[in-house]
Amino acid sequence: MEEHYRGLYEALHKVVGFIYPNEIELNWSILIVLYPYITGLVAGAFILASLERVFNVKALKPTYVLSLLTAFSFMLVATMPLISHLGQPQRFYEIMITPHFSSAMAIFGFVYLWYLMVVLLLEIWFDYRKDFVIWSQEKKGILKYVYKALTLGISDISPKALAMDDKLGYRITVIGIPSAFLLHGYVGFIFGSIKANPWWSTVLMPVIFLFSAMVSGIALVMFVYILVNYLRKTKIDMLCLDTIAKYLFYILIIDFTLECLDQIHRIYEAEESFDILYILVHGKLFFTFFIMQIFLGTLVPLGIIGTFQFYRPKEKIRKIFYAAVGILVLIGIFFMRWNVVIGGQLFSKSFYGLTSFKADFMGQEGIGMAAIWVVVPCLILTFLLWFLPPWKKMHEEDVAEETA
Amino acid sequence: MAIDEKNTTRRTFFKTAGLIAGGFLAGSYMKPFTGALYAAEEPKGKGKWYGIGIDLEKCIGCGNCAKACKAENDVPLEPFFFRSWVEQYTIKNDGTVKVESPNGGIDGFKQSVPDNEIMKSFFVPKMCNHCATSPCEQVCPVGATFRSPEGIVLVDKEYCIGCRYCVQACPYGCRYLHPIKKTVDKCTFCYHRLKNGLNPACMDACPVGARIYGDLRDPNGVMAEFIKTHTCNTLKPHLNTRSKLYYNALSQEVR
Repeated sequence: MEEHYRGLYEALHKVVGFIYPNEIELNWSILIVLYPYITGLVAGAFILASLERVFNVKALKPTYVLSLLTAFSFMLVATMPLISHLGQPQRFYEIMITPHFSSAMAIFGFVYLWYLMVVLLLEIWFDYRKDFVIWSQEKKGILKYVYKALTLGISDISPKALAMDDKLGYRITVIGIPSAFLLHGYVGFIFGSIKANPWWSTVLMPVIFLFSAMVSGIALVMFVYILVNYLRKTKIDMLCLDTIAKYLFYILIIDFTLECLDQIHRIYEAEESFDILYILVHGKLFFTFFIMQIFLGTLVPLGIIGTFQFYRPKEKIRKIFYAAVGILVLIGIFFMRWNVVIGGQLFSKSFYGLTSFKADFMGQEGIGMAAIWVVVPCLILTFLLWFLPPWKKMHEEDVAEETA
Repeated sequence: MAIDEKNTTRRTFFKTAGLIAGGFLAGSYMKPFTGALYAAEEPKGKGKWYGIGIDLEKCIGCGNCAKACKAENDVPLEPFFFRSWVEQYTIKNDGTVKVESPNGGIDGFKQSVPDNEIMKSFFVPKMCNHCATSPCEQVCPVGATFRSPEGIVLVDKEYCIGCRYCVQACPYGCRYLHPIKKTVDKCTFCYHRLKNGLNPACMDACPVGARIYGDLRDPNGVMAEFIKTHTCNTLKPHLNTRSKLYYNALSQEVR
């Protein structure tokens, strides 16, 4: 507690102008930055998977399952930053039991469960059912029984049954696309609907969140794909990688355009809050906004992939640049979330002053806790790639050959 | 032909009857959801519905209201947690505005702007506006924030999960997370006193009678009189929170 107060006294000395006395404490810290970030990665990775499945972009086939597993790994922890930041984390279930329907936040639990249980789990299950059956026959020891349990007792892998799996999986993906839009557009709405905060309150917020989600999810899968191939020393499918990069390029352009529109609109209207937001963006947010989000996270990646649309260097060089683009975009979108969440609390709702933010390392809402929720999904993904290796899945072509 | 007509009539009858029945069914199904719409309206009914009046022409910035509030309501004494506080506004000759609220005004004020630069200066006591369409109540994901029948916005601390969405949603900065209880805290309008026939602590502590409160439904009450005889305004009316805290002589600089 003493530590907490000391931090607040420090913040008190750094206040510029006037803020309401209760505003010295920043209530949503780095964990709430992570929350939309991780949910965005999920939605984005899923959209990439659906490009292959529903929109029939065949070049993306090598990353289809990888996208799903990535989405699933991050989905499993998506609520954790939110829960661990609560003042009363043990009461989190109240949101599910007694939701207050006028609250934008109340529905999150349901949207989340729908997405996790109905969309992701089912889709992955239909996708892997055949492999579960085969692996439960091939493997030895305890794994055999684990895979067997995962078949849920359904061992029919006749072509007819597999065709049914495929059909159902397809339908779920079709449902999944609006669900992914809903999931992340909705997270944007949580911020966009706060009329008290002019930095958040814009009707574009859900749309911007959605496109930035796609951008971050695609960048993540692209990076994971390169990394996995590098670690496994396998040859990367360059057509696939180039195609991912192309989609990343287009969606990043849309995302950047929307954000520009938001800012231009803000600047042109120059409402009551404009002066303080101007000071904020050119002062305390300068580094995270202009340097990290716009320059490194957007313009540099756009420049690189844009150049590759006209001029294609050797595969090896492209690969390195794509990996760099993936990381830059991931950093850029992280800072986009940062600028929304932290930036939105740095200025006073009196519009007369600014406060400051210093993340503690330890503690319930510290950087340490945030790091856990970034590392855990990566570990889950690593486990899933070992447990459900996409590269050991039997491809449809193989099945077709077998049945022929 | 006649038979045809009869058939048509019968079909029309069934259609109409079906529509009416379906409409009723849909209507009864919709009923539980009308609560959400209801929030935008002034609740009808009997009993007191409180409003607050603060006369800025009377306020001397002594900070007794803020001090009494902390003493009465177990508000931490550190200068980051307030249910009630006072701000000092100073409009300078060049039109710039300086606002200060050291320790919420509890220790009184010192004018930091030299006299010859001041155009005007005044105090603005702040507290929860007990909005009729309160954004904090709207956004609470579990319904821990609610409005009492008297129109007072309260937090159920046994129920609040401490997500602080309400803190973000309050345009007036009236909420904070209680550092020990780890639930959100705000002005209760001294509900515990009110229910026992006492005045809220800040009202009793004001030495100049700058604060009043009363039943907004009573056409002859003190609030009706206050609003009638003063030029009142609420804070940030453009946000349509329908604040029930009326200020007399509120300058446009005040936010």
